[in-house]
Amino acid sequence: MTGDSSFPPPLKLEGIAHRFGRRWILRGLDLQLDPGQVVAMIGANGAGKTTLLRIAATLLRPLRGRGWVGGASLLENSDRVRTMIGILGHSPALYEDLTPVENLRFCLQMQGDPGDRGRILAILDEVGLTDFAHVRVRRFSTGMRRRVAVGRVLASLPHLLLMDEPYASLDPEGVELVNGTIQRVVDEGGGVLLATHDLRSGAGLTDRVVTLDRGLLREGDGRQPAHGRTDSSPTRADSSSPTTRGQLA
Amino acid sequence: MADERAGGTSGGWRAEGRRVLAVAWKDLLSEGRARANLLSVILFAGTALLLFAFAFGPDAQDLRDAGAGVIWLTILLSGILIFNRSYQVELEGGALEALLTYPGSRRAIFLGKLLANLVLVLVVESVVLPLAAVLFHVPLLEALPGVAGIVLAGTFGFVALGTFYAAISSRSRARDVLLPLLLFPMLVPLLLAAVQGTTAYLEGDAMGYGGGWLRLILAFDVIFFTAAYWAFDHVIGE
Repeated sequence: MTGDSSFPPPLKLEGIAHRFGRRWILRGLDLQLDPGQVVAMIGANGAGKTTLLRIAATLLRPLRGRGWVGGASLLENSDRVRTMIGILGHSPALYEDLTPVENLRFCLQMQGDPGDRGRILAILDEVGLTDFAHVRVRRFSTGMRRRVAVGRVLASLPHLLLMDEPYASLDPEGVELVNGTIQRVVDEGGGVLLATHDLRSGAGLTDRVVTLDRGLLREGDGRQPAHGRTDSSPTRADSSSPTTRGQLA
Repeated sequence: MADERAGGTSGGWRAEGRRVLAVAWKDLLSEGRARANLLSVILFAGTALLLFAFAFGPDAQDLRDAGAGVIWLTILLSGILIFNRSYQVELEGGALEALLTYPGSRRAIFLGKLLANLVLVLVVESVVLPLAAVLFHVPLLEALPGVAGIVLAGTFGFVALGTFYAAISSRSRARDVLLPLLLFPMLVPLLLAAVQGTTAYLEGDAMGYGGGWLRLILAFDVIFFTAAYWAFDHVIGE
């Protein structure tokens, strides 16, 4: 699944550096996601995970460094980059006074799709919200809002999916739904960059774990030496190991 | 899927037009559902007119003299509330960042919000103008074609600049204070022309000055809209 070199990588970052005020948050980090690869990024609060995701999403221009999404430059071709990315952040990014149907239709229309009703209802069925299709989002629980947000990702199936704490406030069924979405993106040859503190929920899908520490990325979950793949990182390759799961639990 | 997406473009003018309408529809629908917001703006406008009428009255001539100025002052203050609200909707659930990651030109967001704000300000004006005609004894019906031209042209420039500056102030904690501070100085020439033009038509436009003021307002409209349209991408980006 991973490492197909015939397609440009879903995400490639080189020497990315950014600061807020006088404090450098990112200090020239490199990262590459291969097609079909899921990379989990961990790090302490304030380490810069969200900043890195925002840079990859073209929401923030790095002060130094370059990056590409599916071969398109983040700096010079951001419009094309935005046709390839999807975001599932910690806030659901929904319009409270609109229903899920209206929220998804807006999302599709903004992507140049007419927003066919049948397609929208099929997506809502997938995220388990058929019965609430015409209820305003304002009346939803946090978990239900996140389901609508997952539906928004399913509506576009991006080439690069950027996720910021996607498992927060989700029940086991919701976690399964998020993982199903990740799997869909991966199956289509896309890449997923997942910023999370909850490595267990995505354990079966993660190919690599990287730690963002003092502005730089290191392979592994930070409990091992800085170089080389870690044996205890919960990845797709070794998540079936009860020992690994036990260590993480 | 990946290849299509990877090679996809954000579409042409038709797709941009769809995005503009989608943003406008979404904003108007949100406002329509949360009726209290628009109603409170209308109520504010009505109260402001009433207070101004008490302040300038009871002499009918004094009221007539102040009419045009009071109309535009009320539109200005009500508009500020509408512009602030238009970005508040985006900030509530963190929707602004999602909005900025959609493909296509971000200017479609500006045009969509401009369209929605224009409709909302016109709704408020549809209450303000008849109420002002009654309270300030202004002959609105006789002067209607001229006044309507001035109001429509003035409103367009006002809303274009207001929508632009609301985008700048939207990410500031002090946005309620910042927006008037940024907007009012820029609006002075447009407002002066609008007040003078409205006064000219309300007084019968015997000297034919109304058309000149209207042309001046249209020139401001072109300048404000063009500058806001081209600069929007930069101010909304980060």
